[in-house]
Amino acid sequence: MQVEVTVNGQAKSADVEPRTLLVHFLRDELGLTGTNVGCDTSSCGACTVHIGGESVKSCTVLAVQARGEDITTIEGMASDGVLHPMQQAFMECHGLQCGYCTPGMVMAATSLLSENPSPTEADVREGLEGNLCRCTGYHNIVKAVLQASGGQS
Amino acid sequence: MIPAAFDYVEVDSAEAAIAALGQHGDEAKLMAGGHSLLPLMKFRLASPSVVIDIGRIADLSYINDAGDHVAIGALTKHRAVETNELLKSQVPMLAHVASQVGDPSVRHRGTIGGSIAHGDPASDLPAALLALGGSVVAKGPNGDRVIPAADLFTGFLETAVASDEMLTEIRVPKAAGAGWSYQKFNRRAQDWASVGVAAVRNNGASGVALVNMGPTPVVATAVQDALASGADVEAAAALAADGMSPPDDLNGDPAYRAHLAQVLVKRALTEAAA
Amino acid sequence: MTVMGTPRLRKEDPKLLTGENKFVDDIHVPGELWMGMVRSPMAHARVTSVDTSVAAGMDGVHAVYTGAELNDMGLWAAPLPCAWPVTDDMVNPPHYPVAAEEVHHVGEIVAVVLADTRYGAVDAAEVVEVEYEPLPVVPSIAAARDGDAVAHSDLDSNKAYHWPLIPDPDALEAAFASATHTIKAEFEQQRLIPAAMEPRGVLAVPSPAGGDVTLYSATQVPHILKVMIAATTGLSESKLRIVAPAVGGGFGAKLNVNPDELLSVTLANKLGRAIRWTETRSEAAFSTHQGRGQLQTIELAADGDGKLTGVRVHLDADMGAYMMLITPGVPLLGSFLYTGVYDVPAFGFTCDGYFTNLTPTDAYRGAGRPEASYAIERAMDLLANEVGVGPDEIRRRNYLAGGGHFENLETASTLVFDSGHYSPNLDAALELSGYDQLRAEQAKRRADGDTKHLGIGLCTYVEICGLAPSRALGGLNYGAGGWEHATVRFLPTGKVEVVSGSTPHGQGHETAWSMIVADKLGVDPDDVTVLHSDTAISPLGLDTYGSRSLSVGGVAIAVACDKVIDKAREIAAHQLEANPDDLDFEAGTFAVKGSPDKTMPIQAVAFGAFTAHDLPDGMEPNLQEQVTWDPPNFAFPFGSHVAVVEVDEETGGVELLDYTAIDDCGNQVNPLIVEGQVHGGIVQGVAQALWEGASYDADGNCRNPSLLDYLVPSAAEVPNMKLGSTTTPSTSNPLGVKGVGEAGTIGSAAAVINAVCDALSPMGITDMPMPASPATVWNAIQQAKNNNENGGGQ
Repeated sequence: MQVEVTVNGQAKSADVEPRTLLVHFLRDELGLTGTNVGCDTSSCGACTVHIGGESVKSCTVLAVQARGEDITTIEGMASDGVLHPMQQAFMECHGLQCGYCTPGMVMAATSLLSENPSPTEADVREGLEGNLCRCTGYHNIVKAVLQASGGQS
Repeated sequence: MIPAAFDYVEVDSAEAAIAALGQHGDEAKLMAGGHSLLPLMKFRLASPSVVIDIGRIADLSYINDAGDHVAIGALTKHRAVETNELLKSQVPMLAHVASQVGDPSVRHRGTIGGSIAHGDPASDLPAALLALGGSVVAKGPNGDRVIPAADLFTGFLETAVASDEMLTEIRVPKAAGAGWSYQKFNRRAQDWASVGVAAVRNNGASGVALVNMGPTPVVATAVQDALASGADVEAAAALAADGMSPPDDLNGDPAYRAHLAQVLVKRALTEAAA
Repeated sequence: MTVMGTPRLRKEDPKLLTGENKFVDDIHVPGELWMGMVRSPMAHARVTSVDTSVAAGMDGVHAVYTGAELNDMGLWAAPLPCAWPVTDDMVNPPHYPVAAEEVHHVGEIVAVVLADTRYGAVDAAEVVEVEYEPLPVVPSIAAARDGDAVAHSDLDSNKAYHWPLIPDPDALEAAFASATHTIKAEFEQQRLIPAAMEPRGVLAVPSPAGGDVTLYSATQVPHILKVMIAATTGLSESKLRIVAPAVGGGFGAKLNVNPDELLSVTLANKLGRAIRWTETRSEAAFSTHQGRGQLQTIELAADGDGKLTGVRVHLDADMGAYMMLITPGVPLLGSFLYTGVYDVPAFGFTCDGYFTNLTPTDAYRGAGRPEASYAIERAMDLLANEVGVGPDEIRRRNYLAGGGHFENLETASTLVFDSGHYSPNLDAALELSGYDQLRAEQAKRRADGDTKHLGIGLCTYVEICGLAPSRALGGLNYGAGGWEHATVRFLPTGKVEVVSGSTPHGQGHETAWSMIVADKLGVDPDDVTVLHSDTAISPLGLDTYGSRSLSVGGVAIAVACDKVIDKAREIAAHQLEANPDDLDFEAGTFAVKGSPDKTMPIQAVAFGAFTAHDLPDGMEPNLQEQVTWDPPNFAFPFGSHVAVVEVDEETGGVELLDYTAIDDCGNQVNPLIVEGQVHGGIVQGVAQALWEGASYDADGNCRNPSLLDYLVPSAAEVPNMKLGSTTTPSTSNPLGVKGVGEAGTIGSAAAVINAVCDALSPMGITDMPMPASPATVWNAIQQAKNNNENGGGQ
């Protein structure tokens, strides 16, 4: 069936099976491959995107459920070649290594800050409980999110 | 993994959902946020031939003051329950327990109605509803009926909501001054509880319910009875596993879970009394 | 040096941060077919029938192949390769990409479907009907060793090999005979699922004209893969191009030659269609090898002061169902490290490899070395208890060279350690961790009868990096060398291009290599482009694993830079009309000694090499050099870790409160990257200690294949870490570098379990199985309490 959404400010549309997961709709139909798939149990958060500004795991949403929604993916974060402050903080704090969890981590972290603009270290760690990274040991990810919040790192 | 193919039916009202259920029978499943059903479908542990999307029903997402209780629309997201001021003041445990479900991204999407209708014994909110002495409203072809939480969870992933009914509202009694505690013991923050305890103490009355201590979310009857007959916390907590049949998995065998239930009930009752 | 040794942000990051990078599953070509795998639900069974008719008749299904059909198609010139036959008589059952007659582990492929879509391949695979006749299952090492069932029905025994390393048996015997203290301990290294965040995946694309295939694979080892695919399929190596695009972590799990890689290449070649497959996470427990899987017995002999006189080790190692690329060699990689950082006069090691009906094992971060470090570091704590001294003191008494600085020191395990300086490293770790205050806090809690017990655990490790001197590998029967290749070339515009045979998957090679080149050639790091991971661009290489990239691949680049400078010097001298020996080269400019106005930037030399208008007679017109570096020795990084845990006596829950690590990886290129590697490594080792472990039932089913049940920790489970470093340059290479990719993992599991045991030591608890789950810890506490009540207490 026809799915019409707004992705990163642009109207997009494709005809898909009802069972199509949002993450596959974004990746395979719209070619937005920045959003990754790291598991099949809603555990890892690699597929995190924003719907209406809130983080969601796009592997656990049907594309048809997202019809009419305003979706932001990692491709929509930087503007005119300038990194989003969260992306910049990840770079400056070495908060990524292989980069596979990174898009989901950035989307989860920006959603976290929109709900809690001045988190403590513990808030950041709890807030990222649904996003797994195998490379960084999280130390520098937490540092990056705190830096992006303007707090102590 | 990928769900098996299904027909998709979108409804814009509870009545339409009931009608669709009547039309498609047992082959159909209701889907709200999808955070309980879709994971099962991706592993093809559930393969409904029809999915009825109730997520777009506009008037089932609300948190209202209904006098002696707070009424919560079934499609209310966990995040809304977690942050709602009315709940935080009148039923603070429920807001807190909602904040313990899954992770933030799950809470943005998952609904209280979906979580409770799923009836997972390892889930947080059903135990909270039991401890609070809440109820749910089930809408069916013949209208609405109220099911007390104590009668709701009938078997493993089974509830008293009939296959032609839809859970539309959750009701929790106001308990502004009550002592409460939710003890969730898990190995990772995002995990289901190995064992959890929801406890409420209010003017001598106690509600204690357990997570993951049997095939259903379950009231710790022995603990409640002991407290009612004047037992102290220690003595009551020692009865936490009475009548329970906890699961055996990588997080613990039944003996360990029985012990954990005792420890956590004691901690919960102590905190609720503080 | 101005660039090396200074933190520098990574040039890899912008593309990764914006989603611009392409991982394998991001790459699509027209006409591609999706491969779906039909996997065995049985751990050991005869395949009696495979009915593909329903699947083959589905819309969008292009083909369905059984194992027998694939064998008949003549796709295989040889079984999947094992490059490390550790003994001449090692048993190595043939292993083909798709089983035809008998399956040997759950998840082994029994049929393959090709469909038009991602979803269609899953649907079709689900309806292939396979019938099995169950055979007895070998679900564990103990069952393989002690039970009657055999994992392969045509073998008499499950034993694959026996491998001894006992340099002086008489001395070892004597050490134990005359010891004042002896310790004997048994440890289990549980199976671990590597769980790189990017699952594996392949896309094989045939050339439109036929004959050539390009394989995009989420691999750490495109160069090794190319050789091995050629050898197993019979396709000409020159017709294969392997590309490792952006690769989302490896940790050893992408260091293999897998059925999917062989199937995609051969079917793409045969059908003239692109073939792709992407692993799902829960499938990865079967389709990607696992790590660890060892039963260890370690014995220490010591004199009255706790000074070690001998170490004896035996391993029973779980190969899993088959020998994969380096399966049999992984336990042996640790063999040389069971004496740790200690001066041990006599040493002996034996290992028996066994087949089980479980997913094959192979390299996982540290590969053999974390296991060794764990055993010796746990045993040293037991020895400290036995002798009655602190864990720090027992270590100091036994450090090589008395803890002082040394170079090129031969150890009892026959290796020559390049350099070390252990005492100051431990001092730094104890100080940064606040060790004395922690002990005071622990004593206070104990005096107060607190049920939240504080535990402090040490680990002072050494590891072997820089794999590897080719001759040493030959001595171990390994089927390849250990060199690395680099080409460094100036482009006409003065920019530098580096071609590296190292293949990154998150480490930041492009940044680090640019820094080395920048320092050597006096150019801006941003003017250096690093080419890698594509065998068409970088034809020579041995890839990335075993903490070898910097100490072998990075050194190759440095040496190539030296050769570039040598040639540039000849050109500059010619054009400046000076003697080459009279030229200084500094900050990218040649200057004639004593004539400061006579200078030539190396970029101008590069342009001169390009125009070739005025080169010395006979000189080739380019400024490009290549080096294949074969290291003369391994490198031996070391470090001291301190873990602080709190154990809740009531629940058995363990919380990691704090972690301190002082690592010494020799000279550092980019301290930012070094710290990141250590952070990640530490958490991976902590995860083994506290959360992770593939668990199997008696039928050989994995009980926790998904990330719901296989507990990779999140940020919420771990604390910030306190890091520091000491610097003891390696003597094994001209950069003085060692390697750091595995260091954290090698130190942390032992440190954490030592801390847990330390916390519970007043109860008489001296060991804790991994993962130390709350239930495991609580049961150990109950057992200790029962023992104490029954009169066995302290």
